[in-house]
Order: sequence, then structure tokens, then C-alpha cells
Amino acid sequence: ERQRQPPRPSQPPLLPAAAPLRFPLVPNGRPAHQSAGCLPKSEDTQQQIIRETFHLVSKRDENVCNFLEGGLLIGGSDNKLIYRHYATLYFVFCVDSSESELGILDLIQVFVETLDKCFENVCELDLIFHVDKVHNILAEMVMGGMVLETNMNEIVTQIDAQNKLEKSEAGLAGAPARAVSAVKNMNLPEIPRNINIGDISIKVPNLPSFK
Amino acid sequence: MLGYDISWAAFNIIEVMSASKFTFKRVGYLAASQCFHEGTDVIMLTTNQIRKDLSSPNQYDTGVALTGLSCFVTPDLARDLANDIMTLMSHTKPYIRKKAVLIMYKVFLKYPESLRPAFPRLKEKLEDPDPGVQSAAVNVICELARRNPKNYLSLAPLFFKLMTSSTNNWVLIKIIKLFGALTPLEPRLGKKLIEPLTNLIHSTSAMSLLYECVNTVIAVLISLSSGMPNHSASIQLCVQKLRILIEDSDQNLKYLGLLAMSKILKTHPKSVQSHKDLILQCLDDKDESIRLRALDLLYGMVSKKNLMEIVKKLMIHVDKAEGTTYRDELLTKIIDICSQANYQYITNFEWYISILVELTRLEGTRHGHLIAAQMLDVAIRVKAIRKFAVSQMAMLLDNAHLIASNTQRNGICEVLYAAAWICGEFSEHLQEPHQTLEAMLRPKVTTLPGHIQAVYVQNMVKLYASILQQKEQSEEKDAAQEITQLMIDRLPQFVQSADLEVQERASCILQLIKYIQKLQTKEVPVAEEVIALFAGELNPVAPKAQKKVPVPEGLDLDAWINEPPSDSDSEDEKPKTIFHDEEQRHSKHRQPEIDEEELARRREARKQEQANNPFYIKSSPSPQKRYQDTPGVEHIPVVQIDLSVPLKVPGIPMSDQYVKLEEERRHKQKLEKDKKKKKQKKEKKGKHRRHNSLHTESDEDIAPAQQVDIITEEMPENALPSDEDDKDPNDPYKALDIDLDNLVSGKPHRPLADSEKLPVQRHRNAETPKSPEKEEIPVIEKKSKKPKKKEKKHKEKEREKEKKKEKEKEKKGEDLDFWLSAAPSAASTAQSPNEPSLNTVMAVPEDYEEPKKEEREDEDDDEEKKSSKHKKKKHKKEKEEKSKDKKKSRKKKHPSEEEQVEAIQNGTLDDEPLPPMSSYCLLAENTFIKMTYDIQGNLQKDSQVTVSVIFENKSDSFLKSMELNVLDSLNTKMSRPEGASVHDGVPVPFQLPPGISNEAQFVFTVQSIIMAQKLKGTLSFIVKNDEGSTHEKLDFKLHFSCTSYLITTPCYSDAFAKLLESGELSMNSIKVDGISISFQHLLAKICFHHHFSVVERVDSCASMYSRSIQGHHVCLLVKKGENSVSVDGKCSDPTLLSNLLDEMRETLAKC
Repeated sequence: ERQRQPPRPSQPPLLPAAAPLRFPLVPNGRPAHQSAGCLPKSEDTQQQIIRETFHLVSKRDENVCNFLEGGLLIGGSDNKLIYRHYATLYFVFCVDSSESELGILDLIQVFVETLDKCFENVCELDLIFHVDKVHNILAEMVMGGMVLETNMNEIVTQIDAQNKLEKSEAGLAGAPARAVSAVKNMNLPEIPRNINIGDISIKVPNLPSFK
Repeated sequence: MLGYDISWAAFNIIEVMSASKFTFKRVGYLAASQCFHEGTDVIMLTTNQIRKDLSSPNQYDTGVALTGLSCFVTPDLARDLANDIMTLMSHTKPYIRKKAVLIMYKVFLKYPESLRPAFPRLKEKLEDPDPGVQSAAVNVICELARRNPKNYLSLAPLFFKLMTSSTNNWVLIKIIKLFGALTPLEPRLGKKLIEPLTNLIHSTSAMSLLYECVNTVIAVLISLSSGMPNHSASIQLCVQKLRILIEDSDQNLKYLGLLAMSKILKTHPKSVQSHKDLILQCLDDKDESIRLRALDLLYGMVSKKNLMEIVKKLMIHVDKAEGTTYRDELLTKIIDICSQANYQYITNFEWYISILVELTRLEGTRHGHLIAAQMLDVAIRVKAIRKFAVSQMAMLLDNAHLIASNTQRNGICEVLYAAAWICGEFSEHLQEPHQTLEAMLRPKVTTLPGHIQAVYVQNMVKLYASILQQKEQSEEKDAAQEITQLMIDRLPQFVQSADLEVQERASCILQLIKYIQKLQTKEVPVAEEVIALFAGELNPVAPKAQKKVPVPEGLDLDAWINEPPSDSDSEDEKPKTIFHDEEQRHSKHRQPEIDEEELARRREARKQEQANNPFYIKSSPSPQKRYQDTPGVEHIPVVQIDLSVPLKVPGIPMSDQYVKLEEERRHKQKLEKDKKKKKQKKEKKGKHRRHNSLHTESDEDIAPAQQVDIITEEMPENALPSDEDDKDPNDPYKALDIDLDNLVSGKPHRPLADSEKLPVQRHRNAETPKSPEKEEIPVIEKKSKKPKKKEKKHKEKEREKEKKKEKEKEKKGEDLDFWLSAAPSAASTAQSPNEPSLNTVMAVPEDYEEPKKEEREDEDDDEEKKSSKHKKKKHKKEKEEKSKDKKKSRKKKHPSEEEQVEAIQNGTLDDEPLPPMSSYCLLAENTFIKMTYDIQGNLQKDSQVTVSVIFENKSDSFLKSMELNVLDSLNTKMSRPEGASVHDGVPVPFQLPPGISNEAQFVFTVQSIIMAQKLKGTLSFIVKNDEGSTHEKLDFKLHFSCTSYLITTPCYSDAFAKLLESGELSMNSIKVDGISISFQHLLAKICFHHHFSVVERVDSCASMYSRSIQGHHVCLLVKKGENSVSVDGKCSDPTLLSNLLDEMRETLAKC
């Protein structure tokens, strides 16, 4: 449904390749996925979509509208990219005509505010190091490409309850040894050291409330 | 995942998914949602794991499984899990309910067969007390309705109610969007909507809602035929609001405003055109998206009057535009605007050609081929313009070096393709063919792309031929030979081309011309023959023409052309036969093809058609005449100035000139017209006559400078006029185009057929862990019972098919009709409790299972009719007659069909009819509510039974917060949600509006089943009406009979015999006197009420079998005497048997 984009237009090749900063949740996405037919979207296609979306979004000025007409890559003219820009982060949703454009903008706002609540003053690094948590939060809002819940309190309650449950199970520390060793033996390309992103926290602007 | 391919880990992911701890499960499902897709082969291994998680006692396990499943659901998974998910839709936790509801959409997509059985429950969720669930249901239905709106029209009243009552903007937006999709199908719905929508527009502060309202109002207005007085007000309101949006400083609103405006434009262009200033202003916006939207608007705003002006503005933008993408977009828009509706708005094609030529000045555009296509199209279809077009094209060819300066990244050189072709094909119009030919033979041409060179070579010959003819006619033999020599000198450069097409054509033509040269030296006139090579006119062919050629009658491509040689033929004979056959075939085959008569007939028909077509030019009009209105254009001097910078192509007329000329022309025309009007002169032979006959000043009245002889594209004769070829046969939503109406009304109109029930997997559930949320499994059990009854209905339907169908259709239509026509104001519709539309709300899925309820529905029908008294009396009478009719027919047919089911069930056949039966019995009743219940055993869990209770609201008030509680005994306990104490009640997962009934299920755990038992219980609920709310209670006694622990289980006679022989069963028997009903009825009763199945039946003697949930075998031998029935029973438990027989005695005594 949506992809987050890396900041730094200056170094897009580095970050997309190495840092876990974006969510190629394309299989999640109703429009992008379905309209492309039954073809499974390969990692390559997903990466290409992310790159191109980033390219499109990042070069837009601050004072232009937040909608981008659908290109072929995201599945034709019925689909739109709707994005919001916070500090160095772009939150991009790809939606079709059954969604209200302004509604989705509000949804992004709810998403960011929820992130802010769950991480307590969310900053970029939170998102980088806790991709799974971001996913879990998103899963409470959007499911199978459809909006599930828009009430922030409800989302936060469910997330908290799940975290509590996790804590009671002693968290990931109790992982079976086999899984841990499997992860350790994974052969991943070298991750570049010293990525200095700085501590830029996202400022959540007070937008007119939707509700 | 995160840019890495992790498909190798698929199996490990499944392992993590099956971890018992939530922490790992969640990680596993997250990974699965990231990397699983339909092609993942291990995905089928997850089915049971997911099913297990779905029924997990922990709601978050279920939630995580649902979320994961939504990402990777496959048709197989959807089929296998549809039933489990469906039961989750009535889970006690709203958190699970909303997820289950939402995921159903994905299931429908992958497994469309599940839509019909699941729909009633989905619809029920529209009125779920939890706003999240409600919104999810609205979401799913809207998504479904968007693709196939017509199947959801009957839901309109329900949605209307939701719209007027809901305060959740998300839900409102979805509903309003849905109405936007429905109104085109039902204009009356639109009328009803306008008022509440306008109110919303006025009242809401949320821009998103306002915007969607405006959007839907527009859709409504589009669907309504115009001319209604107060609708122009609505349009004005919309346009006004949109103008506010467009003028807003927020770019998003501006964008959306323009988007919505373009919708109004389609039907009410006039109201938008007054805002032209605003839209042109948006063209200057710095935001590209907004500019593009504004461009879209311009497309619809052009008229004959302002086309030139608008295009002129766009041309200025083209010059200013920096980014090539936007410039390309402008270019395509200009072409779109001009060519729309078959060049409807172009009054002066010379102007258009010059615009196209001006556009060729764009460097680096990708749309050279578009311009080329336009040039070709106009030149071919507008005959009058050919002379002018040819002169322009000749100029382009002359300046080819400017256009094709850097071919690599220049798509514009495509226009040379068009230029060369036009000059060649219409070479008779060329002023100086010789010069053009030389231009085409320049060495520089060889740098052009191959396909353009090929066209060059081909058209050179056309040019050459026409020059040759010219020279020969004027008897300039030297000049003719000179031109031949020129060709022979220059052609070799093309023969050497690397492009095969060019090479082939060039060498072929070179040989031809060498031959011509030979003839010329012998002084043989050749021009006639050379020109004959290109004789005949090329006609424009519609792009779809090939598809539309009808298949000739009797054409069977699969049939053998030759009989396949038979094996019996001896080897040496074979060749002969084949040869002989082939000859025959030839003669046979040709006959139908070359049917001269037929051809002549068709030609005649086509001529006839063309004669009637005002746009078809008949025969050689003299083109010169047409230019008298635009003097001086062709006199523009052609001067060759070689500029280093291709600022303007020299000598090409500026389109601006045309704007001026056009104005003058129009002015002149007007004067002329006025003059004529006054004098009322007799007919003149002027070519503007046709236009002069209209004396209005409308903008359609502007006469074109050239007669617009637009030849329509040719289509094959007998072409089928269909537009269906645009539909995508692979559309995944097509499969969801399922008629749901009959289901919606919840009556046996068109019950689920046997094949439509969801697949249930029973035997695999044996290992599922025990969970407090046990409802689902009993429901599965219930489901498995359904088909028989469904079958029943199916039979019924088949019998009365014709008659009933019609009736039902009518009735269904009437429901909606009534809703649409009744209650002028929105408020009354939404609130009046007797509204018949509410009847459609009563979609209790189990409705069509029970004859008893059917009767109730019938009563409802009558009520409905009463409530619609203000309808025409005659109408009402008709209706009542019908309903009587219906009832009668039902009573007549019902038993026989029931009996047939028994026959199927029991393997016997008897013709006697059976009375309807219901297993639901009264639990308790007071003035507010009535409860009926039925108890079903659960095969999977040996100690559980499900109690299905139907709650019926009998009052005029709203019943909510219903809670059911029983006093547990040592033996029998009610399953309560996790964490609840024995004193807490179980909430009923719905509310009941007045007159509505719904069913809830409660699970009980039983330790010993050999004794019947009674449990005391209380239902507490809140009654809410206008005066306020009161707390009410209703006590009841739940009777768990021993019968309710039995499950109908089929048994084969040999297995039955073995069982009896084993000697482990204890025996008991009863005898009941005074039984008069037939044996068939008797057996049916025992089967129905006591959950037995017939093993064997001989005359008036039958053996029957059943099994308890804890595995006790129960065998019966039923014998019928004169007036009595004796039942001998054998069972593994003597107490159970005696209790069962006692219960049976009671049943039989009632007969």
C-alpha cells in the first residue's frame, strides 16, 4: 500500500541498498499489486518502484499538492501517489479511486502521530531500527490494502496490549537458539559503517483535525 | 524483504509462524506477509497453521494471522479458510470482527464462490454496534459495489439510513462514494440523495467530506436528465464550492477542485465555461499536477468559438515550458483538444495543419509520431485540405535538415515520415514536385531512421511517377530523362543502407527505374504504366476494423479441410488422392470468395450509405474553390534561409495569422448572413448555404473555412456495433459480479445451491486446541447441515421456477421502488419504524432454513403491504393476490419437496407429503423480546453443544446491551470469554432495532450427556426509546434434552449389523399407541427431531442409527403396527437409551 522513502536525495543509491529504511510493502497494496495482474512482484520491481517513487516525490517543491498521478509502474491512471513530507521522511501511499484523497492525507497524519506516541518522540533512527514495530503499527491501520482503523486511541491501545503480551513472553530474547544461529549465519552484504544521519526528530505539525 | 530476496527462507518462516509464543508468531507472519505471494510453493503448508491460529484463544494470535493472511491469500487458502473466517465475523471481540470482515474482501477476490454464502452476514455487520466493524463492512461492500454496482442497489435504503445517522467521516465518505457509483443505475436514488447531500455540503466542516459530497452530487446530476429547475441550483452550488476550493491557497484543495470540475464539465460544460479565467490561471501554477488537471479541463471547455484562442494560449505555454515531460503533455493535449470528437471543433483545417507544423519545432519531444499521425489523418480524411497540407509538407521536407538535426534523441523526425508520405501520395497537388524530389534525395536523408528512409524511397517513386507523367504530357522528353537519371544517380545511396527494408525497396526500385530508362531511350511512353503502380485511393481504416469483421457463416476453422487420410488407403494410392482432393478444394473454396454478384451488391450498398453520409465526399470536388475565403495563404513566399539556430522554420506560416484571418472570415460571414436574412433571397449556390439556413447565433453556427469533409474510417460490412471489445477479459472483479439481491431479502428466493456452500473440513479439526471462543466450530457443524435444506429450497424453486421468479423480482423491485418513491423527506425515511425498507434488514442468514420463520416473513410481507396503504389500491390488491398465491403454492409444494429431501437423505421414496417442521422451540417471551432456541451437538468436541438463540424484537424500541447469563450446574457450564467469572453474562454481539430478529450462538460444556438437564438463565437488556432507556430482564429455562447430544450420522447396513452383533449394547424398548400418521412421516419426524438417519427400511419396519457427541452408538428398530408404533433401541449406555426413548415417546405421542 505504501512505501516509506529514504531521506537524502544526495545518496539514494547507498541508502536504498543497505539501510532497512523503506518498506517494500507492495504485496500489501491493493492497487499496485492487483492491477499488475497475477505477476508476483519481484524484489527488483519493488525496488524499482521505490526508487522511482522516491525520485518523483523528492524533487517536488514544498508548496505543491501532495498527489501524484499514477504512472505505469504503480498500475495505471486509476492509482495515485499521495504523500506527506516530514523533515527528511516521505510517507507515500498508493491508492486507487475508491479512497478519498484528503482522507488518506489524514490517515498519514494519524500514522505519524501514532508512531510518535508509540516511540515517544519518534525520530528517523527509530524507524530504521524498529522496522518490525512500524509494520505492526501499520498493520493495525491498514490491512490487505484497506483502511482498518483510523482512531488513534484504539490503535495505540491494541499496540500496547500486544507489547505487553510480548513482554510477558520475555520478548525476542527467548528465541530458540536455532533461529538465532540462523540469523547469525546469514550472508548479507557488508553494511556501510558510519552513516551519519543525525538526530532529526520528526516534528508533527498540528494540522486541522479530520475528525 | 528490505530489498533482499528471502524466498529461500520461506520454510523457516513457516516454522517461526507456528511458534507458540506470540512474539515469534508475529515475527513469522510479518516475514510471510513480506515475502509470500501466489507463487510461493510452501504456502499450502500454512493452511492448517493459519486455521489453528484463527481459532486461537488469544485474540492477537488471530489478529496477526488475519493480517498476515490478507497479504498472501491465494485461491486455495481462500477456499479452505473461507468458512473459518466467516465464523470469525461474529466473534465476540470487535477487534477480530473488523479484521475478519475486512479480509473477506480478499477472500471474495480469490474465491468468488464465497460471496453468496457470506453476504448475509457481511450485510448484518453493517449494523454492528462497534464503529470499527461497521466501517470495515462499509469498506468491503463499497469496494464490491464499486466494481459491480447493480448487484448492490437493493442495499441503498440501508446505506441511506447509515448516511443520515453516522457521524464517522470515514464511513460517510465511503458511503457517499458508493452512492456516486449507484446513482447512474437508479436516477430516482439520485433525487432522494440530493437534499441530504446538499445539507451535508452546507453543514460539514471537514473538507474531505465536503469534497466527496460535491463529487457525488455531480454524479447524481449527471445521472439525472437535465432540465429540472432546482438542479441548476445544485450545480451552481457545486461549482461555487469548487471555485472556493480552486482559489484556496492549499494546493491539494486546488488540485481536487479541478479534478471535480472536470466531472461537471462532461455534462454541464456551460456552468464550467464561465470559470475559464480561473482555469487558464491554473495553467500558470508552479505545480505540475495542477497544470495537468487544468489542461484536462481545457479539453472539455473548447468550442468552435474559442478553440483557436485556447490553443494559442497553450502554444505560448509550450514555448515557455522547460521540462520536456510537461511540454510533451501540452503537446498531446493540444492534439487531443483539436482532434476530439472527430475534429468537431476545428473550423479551419489550414490553421490546424500550421499548428502541427509549428509543433514540429519542438526539440526533444517524444511525440513526433503523434504529430505525424495527425498529419496523416487530416490529410487523408479531409480531402479539401490536401493541397495545403502537401505544400506544407513539401516545406518540411525541404527543411528536413533542421528537424532532423540530431536524430538520436529527437523523436520529432517522425514527422518526416508523414511529410514524405503525404507528398508522395498526393503528389498531384505539389507545386514544385521536382524540388521536393530533390529534397528527398539529399544525402543527409540517409542519416534518418530506417523506417523513415523506407517511406522516403517508396514515395520518391510516387513523386517520380507523377513528374514523369507531367513531363510526358507536356512532351518534354529531355526533362523526363533527366529526372530518371537523377533517380538512378541518387538511389544507390539507399541501396547501400544498413536497413534491410530500405535496401530492398531501393534496389527493387532502382531496377525498375533502370528499366524505365531503357524504355525511355527507345522513346516508349511509360508514364501511364508507372503511374498505374500507384493507382487507386487509400482509405482510412478504423483501428478496430479487423476485430469487427463478422465471422462468415459456415466458417469452421476446426473442421478438416481435407478428410484425414484413412488408414485403409494403400500406400501407393495416397499421393494421388491428396492431389485430387486439393484440386477440388481450390475450386470449392474460391467460389464463395469471388462472388461477383455479392461484391457488386455490397458495393452498391456502401455507395448508398456514403450518399447518405453528410461527411462523405462524393466525387472529385474542385479543391481550388475552397480557398477563396482565405486569400493569400498560399502566396506566402518560400524563402530558403539557412539559420544556424532552428528558431523558426522559415517560410512556414504562423498559426497566429489564421486566428486573425479566421476572425475576419467569421465577421464577413456574419455580415453576409445578416444581409441574407434581411433580404431573404432565393437559394444561392454558395457553399455556405447549409449553414445559412440556420439563423441563430450559437457558436455551433460558425461555418468552417473548408467544408469539413471528414471521411469516416472504414469498417467492414456487417460489422457488429459493439463496444465490448474494450473490456478486459481478465478482470479479476468480473468474477464477483454475483446477483446478491435474493440473498439480501433473506428469503428463499434464490437460496444457496448445494454447490455454493462453503467447503467445510471436518475431520481435520480433531487436534485443534480447546478454546473459550468455541462458537465457530458448532457453526461449522450447522453449516454442514445446511445443504440438505438448501437443496430442499432449490427443488422448490425449480418446480415453481417461472411463476415465482417473476413474482419475486417484482417484489424485490417494489421494495426498492417503494423506498425510492415514498417519504419525500429524508428524515422521515430514516426514522419511521414501519418503513418497509427495514424488511430488507432482516437478513438473518438462517432464515431460509426454517419453514416456521418463513411464515413469519410472510406475515411481514403482509404487514409491509399494509404499511404501503397509500399506494394505489389496485396495486395493493394485486400484490395481496400474489402473496396469497404464493402462500398457496408454497403450502402445496412444500411438503412434497420436503419429502423428497427425506428420500434423498434416507434412500427411500414415498409420495406422501410432509408437514413443515422446525427444531426451534420457544425459550422465553415477554412484551419486548421473544427467544427461540435450538441445540446442536458438536462432533469435534465431545463435550460441547451450541445453543442457537433467535432474538426477536417485538417492541417499537431499540434493544441493546443484551447479555445472556445462565446458572451453571456441575455438569453443564456456559463458555464465557476469557477472564470472565461464572457470574458474568455473555454479551449478545448485536443490537436489535424494532421488529428485527437475529441469531446468536452460545457454547456450553457438558460433562455427562446421559441425562437431560435444565439450566436457569436470565437475559438482561436495555430498552431504548424516545422516553429514555430502561433496564429489563427476562428469565428462561434452557432444556438440554438427550436428543440434543445426538448428531445425525449415516451408517451402512453391514456396519449396522456388525454393531448389533457385537453384543456390547444394552437394550430397551417402548410402544406408543394411537398413532395415525404414515410411517414415512413418522420416520421423517424421528430423523428431524431426534437426529437419526435411516439405515434400512423394509415395508413398515425401519432401522435407524445415530451417534452422540461422546461416541455412544444408538440403534433403533422402528415397527409400525395397525395403530401403534414400537421402538426397540440398543445403545452403549442404558441410561442414555432410556432417556432418549422417553423423549421419543413424547414426540410420538404428539402425532
